[in-house]
Amino acid sequence: MKIKPVITALILCQGISSLMGEENITVDELLAAMDANLYAKSRVITSKMIIYGRRSSRTIEFRNWVVGVDMAFTEYLAPPREAGTKMLKNGDKLWTYSPQTDRVIQISGHMLRQSVMGSDMSYNDMMEDKLLTELYEATIEGSEMIDSRKHWILFLDARVAGLSYPKRRAWVDAEYLLPMREELYAKSGKLIKSTSMDGIKKVQGRWFPSRFIFRDELKRNSKGTEWIIDDIQFDVEIPDSRFSKALLRK
Amino acid sequence: MIRFLTKGIIRDRSRSLFPILVVTLTVAIIVFFKGFMTGTVSGFFRDTAVVSTGHVKIMTRAYEKENQLLPNDLALLETEELLKNLKKKYPDHFWTPRITFAGLLDVPDKNGETLEQGPTIAFGIDLFSSGSRQSEIWDLENKLTAGRLPIKADEVLLGTKLANRLGLKIGESVTFIGSTMNGAFTTYNFIVVGTFSLNMGPVDKEMMLVDISGARLALDMENAASEILGYTHSLYYEDEDAVAMRGEYNAIQHDSTDIFSPIMKALRDSNQMGTMVDLNNAFMAILLGVFMTIVMIVLWNMGLMNGLRRYGEIGMRLAIGESKGQVYRSMIMEAIIIGMIGTVMGTAIGLGLTYYMQEVGIDYTKGLENLTSTNIIMSNVFYAKVTPDLYYIGFIPGVFATVLGTMLAGRAIYKREMAQLFKELET
Repeated sequence: MKIKPVITALILCQGISSLMGEENITVDELLAAMDANLYAKSRVITSKMIIYGRRSSRTIEFRNWVVGVDMAFTEYLAPPREAGTKMLKNGDKLWTYSPQTDRVIQISGHMLRQSVMGSDMSYNDMMEDKLLTELYEATIEGSEMIDSRKHWILFLDARVAGLSYPKRRAWVDAEYLLPMREELYAKSGKLIKSTSMDGIKKVQGRWFPSRFIFRDELKRNSKGTEWIIDDIQFDVEIPDSRFSKALLRK
Repeated sequence: MIRFLTKGIIRDRSRSLFPILVVTLTVAIIVFFKGFMTGTVSGFFRDTAVVSTGHVKIMTRAYEKENQLLPNDLALLETEELLKNLKKKYPDHFWTPRITFAGLLDVPDKNGETLEQGPTIAFGIDLFSSGSRQSEIWDLENKLTAGRLPIKADEVLLGTKLANRLGLKIGESVTFIGSTMNGAFTTYNFIVVGTFSLNMGPVDKEMMLVDISGARLALDMENAASEILGYTHSLYYEDEDAVAMRGEYNAIQHDSTDIFSPIMKALRDSNQMGTMVDLNNAFMAILLGVFMTIVMIVLWNMGLMNGLRRYGEIGMRLAIGESKGQVYRSMIMEAIIIGMIGTVMGTAIGLGLTYYMQEVGIDYTKGLENLTSTNIIMSNVFYAKVTPDLYYIGFIPGVFATVLGTMLAGRAIYKREMAQLFKELET
């Protein structure tokens, strides 16, 4: 008589176990592992962005210095029209300098969610580095095989207000523990942006992609933007002077 | 006969004064009303054409679909070639490229940092090309409130309200912040050389005018333009001609597979202007129709009253042997003469009033300043316009309605019984 509940419990455990994968990883561990790969106290990136416009595509090269969420400095390296343009983010403030005008201009905070140079990426996408564990409550929705690789399907719901993407769904590679594909939603549940990454390689002991693809789902006929990481260094010492307004003009 | 009747009309004031006054007044009102409506509506179309739509305009099909967003990434390319072809193919119009763009204006403090910022809607118009009529059709010389017109690519005119809001003075520098036609972030320094007020309600409250060469530099739009606008040389919008030209051009250029192929739009195709054109035509026709009907009823009534008043006279004329037809015809002839005199006088008065309103206008600045929509492009001063049709339009109610009224009233002549005449005359 008492065997039936035991068998049911065993079957349930088996189901949960298979759902969680061989590693038997928990949601929190999964999120922490993603943070361990993606987040760093600071990073210096040299990258290029290929923006596929409706008429043509163009490539913009730049270098970023990023510390956490609040501090970021960007210097555009190419093409010639954009070369020398610099941007400084400090909290929710953004300043830009262009050599053509020789002006330091403060851009209002809402611009941080606007497109960078006509791309599908926002300034926040490019300049922010946030711990997912601090910002989102995650649940595992299931798993899926993509290109013969197991992926967890994670749903993230914001636990703090004011995020650019209050909800997101991520397909996390079970080996790399990186969100290989993501759908980023507004609070209403409307799909705002979709991203994917590839070219995963080990950088300073962590898995990191060498290419991101952003697609702004609100832009009609968007062909997406590639963000190619040419060089990235994590946890480097960046002096405070890097984030001073004085450096914009230099 | 005409001389005899004319003498009778002039000598018998009871026969002429009141009818001529009524006809004169009516004709004067109709002539003035038509002139004022035509002036106001054509002013509205002209202002809309100058600021926004042209009489016709050309853009890419993709730009046309999203034109509310000012998508300069979908702008026309190789505009010099396009302009050359348009000038050759449609010489009865003049053609001009335009770049319409929006962004922020940033005013620096003495250290070059942001002091003030405000949104702007900017028009890159062709001010510098030889033979360009942009300065003339915008009437910029007269609309300047301070400073002078730009003579260099980096010089701009700002709407007076915008300049005041940003605290900008003539000669100061302002930085435009926006996007290039490739979507890239751009900043560009302009020097404010003048301020203007278009006197078109709130349309110019955030407006900046710059030569198209400056807009091209700021937005990286070499040999490109948002639109190419076409105007008739007289600046008078002919809807049928514009629609026909649009049909012909689009039939030749039709390539639905290429979203960057050019497409022509007539003024009526923009901002619900088609509805405005149709409404205006219908409104004018209905108003004139109603007005004419009322006038005809009044004049008919006047004819009846005349008939009643002259009941005895007509009876006497019939009694002494004039035929009913002769009496009827003489009354109609009288009506024609009265109508002609009244119409000529009414037309002269109406034209005089219209001409006065054409020169002076009615200032409605306060009413229009309260509008918040910048989509309505309408001059603050409503002007009438003397048009050729005003010289003859008064003859329709003035002569035709008077004659018709008399004809209807004169039917009573045929109802008179000859046998009853003397009996009636005795009383």
